[in-house]
Amino acid sequence: MLAKRIIPCLDIKNGMTVKGIKFVGIKEVGDPVELGALYAEQGADELVFLDITASHEGRKTFVELVQRIAQHINIPFTVGGGISELKDAEALLNAGADKISINSSAVRNPQLINDMAKNFGSQFVVVAIDAKHFEGDEWIVTVNGGRIPTEKRLFSWAKEAEERGAGEILFTSMDHDGVKQGFANEALAKLSTDLSIPIIASGGAGNMEHFKDVFTYGQADAGLAASIFHYKEIGIPDLKSYLNKEGINVRI
Amino acid sequence: MKIAIIKYNAGNIRSVSFALDRLGVEHVITADPEEIRSADKVIFPGVGEASSTMKYLKENKLDELILGLKQPVLGICLGMQLMCSHSEEGDVKCLGIFDEKVKKFELPSPNSENIKVPHMGWNALVNVNSALFDASLEKEYVYFVHSYYVALGEHTAATTNYILPYSSALHKDNFYATQFHPEKSGDVGSRILENFIKL
Repeated sequence: MLAKRIIPCLDIKNGMTVKGIKFVGIKEVGDPVELGALYAEQGADELVFLDITASHEGRKTFVELVQRIAQHINIPFTVGGGISELKDAEALLNAGADKISINSSAVRNPQLINDMAKNFGSQFVVVAIDAKHFEGDEWIVTVNGGRIPTEKRLFSWAKEAEERGAGEILFTSMDHDGVKQGFANEALAKLSTDLSIPIIASGGAGNMEHFKDVFTYGQADAGLAASIFHYKEIGIPDLKSYLNKEGINVRI
Repeated sequence: MKIAIIKYNAGNIRSVSFALDRLGVEHVITADPEEIRSADKVIFPGVGEASSTMKYLKENKLDELILGLKQPVLGICLGMQLMCSHSEEGDVKCLGIFDEKVKKFELPSPNSENIKVPHMGWNALVNVNSALFDASLEKEYVYFVHSYYVALGEHTAATTNYILPYSSALHKDNFYATQFHPEKSGDVGSRILENFIKL
């Protein structure tokens, strides 16, 4: 049976992880390769590296970093942040990335999804969607890290992304992100029913039960989190043995 | 020991190369027929679409080259599918090393468990039975990404369950193949690559 995936997400600035990582032996601003390798060893199923560098030079550093990640880490990883053209994606593919995630650039230019899927295959293209709950079934898709609302709505945009060739959807609820009260399970379950590609849930993980809920009520294929892993609030081995005990199929 | 990774228009060649680097195994990425023929082992990786890749192999005479190899050969993912007789992806005749055919996963109807295609993520190997696998690999998880599958047949070397039980590995004579990506399957994947290298 296919295992539910646990995915730590690392934010990268100028080639280093940010957000005050507090692992013993790793500096507060540390080497993403070292941290990624540690997560892989602990049983992470995939990794996501998000480049939050704005400068052109920083982007070059990121491509070099992606190559180092590919050389040292033996599980699949996705890279995202600032990818707006085919050539950005190609540089990351050539550096060894397994998947890329596109977010604001896909909202501004949906054809980018088709172009990426056609050139590199759907398995390479993760469409990340940040959305804010409005009312009822209505979720407003936002860009620029949740700062700018758009005309797009979550469910129709996710469906469109699938039809254009996305291989996976990474949905972050801006209402749940950082609050640690659990994932947006109702919306996730609807996405999972509406779409036939895998859904990665992001935003809201605060304890182990939240992961159980996202895989049962939320019907997500994967759960992504950052700070709870970085701050060692939840250890990946503990989380996986908990989920296993709760009857959820995970890779141990 | 020299390993040749066949260079062609596929996506994940460098990932395989990086995995061999991690194992400290000398290798070349090459399209040179002599270099491939003289290698101790050959890896035929692959991420991409079947019919266009098959066309590329023919145009570059890599099809005849692969068929004529006598040393151990390992096909990975699309590499494995192209070693079968036919693929539904682009309705294309493939290399025919294995008699098995490649079919598209069909979603169950009704799809009450929200099963997705592609089959993406970690799934278990069962009934492992070739030199690629030692007994310790039974029920271990490996990483898959694919929308087409090879049915169970006489050359099945490992089985995985997704929608139905299918061939997650094949073996016939000197030809070995895995539907999953050993180069992305953590320590379990490394053990499988090591088993291939030790053949």
